[in-house]
Amino acid sequence: MMAYLTHAPISVDSLLREVQSPARGGTCVFLGTVRTDDDVTAIEYSAYDEMAIGEIERILAEAHDRWSDAGVTLQHRLGTIPVGEASIAIVAAAPHRDAAFGACRYVIEAVKKRLPVWKKEIHADGTVAWVDPSGKPVAGGLRDR
Amino acid sequence: MPNVTVRFFARYAELMGCESTAVRVADNAATVADVLARVRETVPGAGALPPRPLAAVNLRQVKLDARVNEGDEVALLPPLSGG
Repeated sequence: MMAYLTHAPISVDSLLREVQSPARGGTCVFLGTVRTDDDVTAIEYSAYDEMAIGEIERILAEAHDRWSDAGVTLQHRLGTIPVGEASIAIVAAAPHRDAAFGACRYVIEAVKKRLPVWKKEIHADGTVAWVDPSGKPVAGGLRDR
Repeated sequence: MPNVTVRFFARYAELMGCESTAVRVADNAATVADVLARVRETVPGAGALPPRPLAAVNLRQVKLDARVNEGDEVALLPPLSGG
């Protein structure tokens, strides 16, 4: 099985091999990639690794409980990721498309809410800024994202 | 008098100037909020923490009234931004 956290570029093919099977006729792939907003050149991702792995295991188990015929896996990349490269890939394969889309969507939404992962934007002029998805103003130069 | 390890991540680690510390809390009914109060007393930079940061105990996210026990690992988590 692939590691859920990696510092290397994500291989979607490897994730596909984990969950696809002759009985699963629908496969949904979600890729989250680094955007170039506001002259961002890269994002540095960090995590509370041990907790993130446990949370990923729980999220995938919940998806399996809800879509028992589906195979779902994911990989989150950490470290400095340049614009255009994937920070996360989620692959869900199921007998039919509804379950594949449903499981894939469930997992990315849960990841966004629950995974202890943080990102720091690196800008073209060399400045950096922590990303706060809540948009609340907090000391330290956070961006509303 | 539980001894717990407190870990800081991402922006909080930068604010604290360290990635972890050890604190001792006063009694056996101590909570994460008590740990947070000890951190504010003992770690320079802790004044910049928000009033109610996200927290985890032993790798599970918890509320600030969750109990802590001897040897627990408490983590203070900036707003999550994975994916």
